[in-house]
Amino acid sequence: MDALILQVLNGLDKGGAYALIALGLTLVFGTLGVVNFAHGALFMLGAFCAVTFKKIITLEQIVLSKTELSPWGTPLEIRTPYAQQWFGDFGNVLIEYSVPFSLLLAIPVMLFIGIAMERGIIKHFYKRPHAEQILVTFGLAIVLQEIVKAFFGANPNPQPIPQIFMGAADLGVMVGMAENVITYPKWRLVYLFFSLGVIAAVFAFLRFTTFGLVVRAGMSDRETVSMLGINIDKRFTIMFGIAAVVAGLAGVMYTPILPPDYTLGMDFLVLSFIVVVVGGMGSLPGAVLAGFMLGVVQSLASMTEVKDIIPGIDQIIIYLIAVIILLVRPRGLLGKRGVMEN
Amino acid sequence: MFNIPKKDAITFVLFAIVVLTMPIWLTPFGASYPALLQKFAIYALLAVGYNLLFGLTGYLSFGHAAFLGVGSYAAVWSFKLLSMNPVLALSFAILFSGIFALAIGYISLRRSGIYFSILTLAFAQMSYKLAYSVLSPITHGETGLQLTLQDPRAIDLMFIERGSSLPTSNLFGISMSGYSGFYFTAIILLIGFFIAQKITSSPFGMMLKGIKSNENRMNYTGFNTKPYMLTVFVISGIYAGVAGGLLSITDPLAGAERMQWTASGELVLMTILGGVGTLIGPVIGAWLIKYFENIFSAWNESVLHGFFAFLPDGFEDIVVTISSKFVGEGWHLTLGLMFVLVVVFLPGGIMEGARRIGTMFKNNKDKKTKQSSDSEKGEG
Amino acid sequence: MAKASENIVLHVADVHKTFGGLHALSDVDLSIEEAKTHAIIGPNGAGKSTLLNVIVGLLPPTRGAVVLDGEVLTGKKPHEINQMGVARVFQTPEIFIDLSVIDNVMVSAFAKRDGAFKLKFSKSLENEKEINQRAVKILTEFGLEDKMQEHAGSLSRGHKRRLELAMCLIQQPRILLLDEPTAGMSRHDTNTTIDLLKDIKATGMTIVIIEHDMHVVFSLADKVSVLAGGRIIAEGTPDEMRASTIVKKAYLGEAS
Ligand SMILES: Nc1ncnc2c1ncn2[C@@H]1O[C@H](COP(=O)(O)OP(=O)(O)O)[C@@H](O)[C@H]1O
Ligand SMILES: [Mg+2]
Repeated sequence: MDALILQVLNGLDKGGAYALIALGLTLVFGTLGVVNFAHGALFMLGAFCAVTFKKIITLEQIVLSKTELSPWGTPLEIRTPYAQQWFGDFGNVLIEYSVPFSLLLAIPVMLFIGIAMERGIIKHFYKRPHAEQILVTFGLAIVLQEIVKAFFGANPNPQPIPQIFMGAADLGVMVGMAENVITYPKWRLVYLFFSLGVIAAVFAFLRFTTFGLVVRAGMSDRETVSMLGINIDKRFTIMFGIAAVVAGLAGVMYTPILPPDYTLGMDFLVLSFIVVVVGGMGSLPGAVLAGFMLGVVQSLASMTEVKDIIPGIDQIIIYLIAVIILLVRPRGLLGKRGVMEN
Repeated sequence: MFNIPKKDAITFVLFAIVVLTMPIWLTPFGASYPALLQKFAIYALLAVGYNLLFGLTGYLSFGHAAFLGVGSYAAVWSFKLLSMNPVLALSFAILFSGIFALAIGYISLRRSGIYFSILTLAFAQMSYKLAYSVLSPITHGETGLQLTLQDPRAIDLMFIERGSSLPTSNLFGISMSGYSGFYFTAIILLIGFFIAQKITSSPFGMMLKGIKSNENRMNYTGFNTKPYMLTVFVISGIYAGVAGGLLSITDPLAGAERMQWTASGELVLMTILGGVGTLIGPVIGAWLIKYFENIFSAWNESVLHGFFAFLPDGFEDIVVTISSKFVGEGWHLTLGLMFVLVVVFLPGGIMEGARRIGTMFKNNKDKKTKQSSDSEKGEG
Repeated sequence: MAKASENIVLHVADVHKTFGGLHALSDVDLSIEEAKTHAIIGPNGAGKSTLLNVIVGLLPPTRGAVVLDGEVLTGKKPHEINQMGVARVFQTPEIFIDLSVIDNVMVSAFAKRDGAFKLKFSKSLENEKEINQRAVKILTEFGLEDKMQEHAGSLSRGHKRRLELAMCLIQQPRILLLDEPTAGMSRHDTNTTIDLLKDIKATGMTIVIIEHDMHVVFSLADKVSVLAGGRIIAEGTPDEMRASTIVKKAYLGEAS
């Protein structure tokens, strides 16, 4: 039982990442009607915003000491990060909290990248067949990932967890269980709440702002909305930017859990497409539900008890679910009937 | 059986000449060594087969890497258990990839459009993941499946003594490595190309194009499109299986990474780059990509310095630094860019580009002849 | 059995079709007689296209059945229904826009000759002389002979309709269903189409035609059924319909 709870928890943070990526994919699909294979790359770019931010913030000034010598007899190098020199203690905080602070960098950067992508390429593909959309965004994903590789190399870039989120929280104790029964890494807890927060923000934005209202109307009936004289295209461009930001933020916060390398995007892309399909193409709540569900299911399937019964199930469970869903209920869990059924 | 339209016959003869003389005309490009030539033939075959599905019917499969993998494993197992004979190995590759394609196709073809693509993707990923984990006894997981000195090789060992070194695949004594290996793969490619030509120019091919154009109309016209789709899916899967088998025949080592979905992605790139729906296009696409992969990726800064040596020094450095991002390790970047540009500006791929240039010339010529005839009239 | 029922080719028996709460068709009962042209008229949204969709197997009826020559069509797949001899021209032309005009017709001819599924790749298209000649012949009759090598997608709307008609007729169907074959046509084109359809009718073809244009209906139909709100509200000869007040109210009221 305890093990079960632990596995569910373990699945939730990964599920949060799936949900966030799938949410953006669905927004783009629902508003622009575009199947975006470059969405995983946006997640990866977000992660590299964190990497870049840390690189910048830890740039060091190197001064050769006049008095002290290193063990090799050369003058000792004294390294002080510029951030520390300029901002003092705040600089140190900046370094320690580089991951959360990168969110501030990621928002404008991702918004810009998203809008540039949409204006530059995606918009020419609204009316083209889905196969061509897949192809061009797939090519774009390769380009983005190779650019990152050219700048950051092929190795994973581990990112620090701020001191106070290090270690594990003993959740069992909080609900009155014995100690050390249910412990959970604090940062994963942070990620879970963060993803829930972002999801809530996106839904609130769509629900309570006029902008969101128009976009939702456009998602269900594009023609009518443009006939009302509302410039829906501009809003859709911004939606693409927002989807990019959501993917980027998900990527930033995921870096301490999984050190990012340039292939991160492709790995998550396939899974998040599966998530979108399971949830139902075009359904936002479906994407979120399916994201968490698949995260948890995957985590449960990797329990040794389960693996003993069905060897290898942990490797394929997600794909298996996708196949079954597509066969028995092609519109997914919460999808509307008829969306892309052809 | 062999009667094909005259135009197709000419295409085939020209194609055969081009393929069989590759060791000669690829020499100036530094690409005429056997290992690369074999790859050219094998991936061309793969792309031709993929195009039968994607090009003719418009169904975008992300699962063909799985069939390639199955073909490779089947061939290596045939070597290990029975004989080093490549024809036997290919037969097993055909058998197993065919069965596999039948099963995956039967299920995936219950859906169309992007749902079909995702189903094939899911199956390919499952195969890949399983090949790496539980199926290790068959696939040897990360190390990959290879020959050992202790292999039973039941058939071969009835005739010859077990040697002290690893055997190589051979067709009654003709080695399947080196140039003879290339000619073996080239002949299989030609057979595959011929079959693809036949399919494309047959009523069956026309049905497939009808499905691509308007599947609903096909149904109201009285066709049951499912068995047509399943047939072409299996044929196309077998092409991939044969290509996988040939990879093992020329180099008996099969690894699971061949089954990853990005390998299917590369196949899509080849087909699109060359020109989807044409017979020659996918071949050109495959050759270009394999050429880049092997030649471009070996270029480094010193090669570039040699290349740009005519530029002024400072300028040369800048050009070299920038261009070095696109070759060597970074050749994938070039590939991605090329691909995006093709999809955006030239959806018909290189073949469409060639056609456009062709008509441009023709128009110019027409204009000129018209002008000259006009001027003649003027004089007369 | 009565003599009349022997001549009935297609029987739509008590068909209902609902979409959610919407009753698109209620108690629709129609008998289509051999070699006759049966027109179905009615205001927009009356359910005319839905009726054809039920007949060709695109939509399953909620209740009721469709019977062709004594065989129940309901529950069969579209291709099976076509193979039994039902051919349809759609309201918006459904053709193979990426294929040449002649290939469109040839595909159709293959379906008739070879059935729903037959793998043929030993013989190339060029050698399918007989099918090719038939295609050329029918396209010539339809005045499309100089467009045969063009992409079907590049044809004008009127020509696309004609092509679709040719695709149906080369199959020599038992019954031909036409969904507003003259919609959006000029007077002149409409008249040519009427002539064409008259010729087809003269071959003894059984035709169901959905039409808005009364001129077309009165030139061709032997019998008219009026559909409004998913129900058949009147049925009779064209002259009877012309005189009927119910029809005027339901139909002309909407049209004005
Ligand atoms: N597939 C469908 N789903 C839901 N409603 C439909 C569908 N097809 C038709 N309808 C509705 O059924 C009614 C009849 O439509 P239709 O048969 O197209 O009329 P018409 O007589 O103009 O051809 C209309 O109200 C239409 O909106
Ligand atoms: Mg209608």
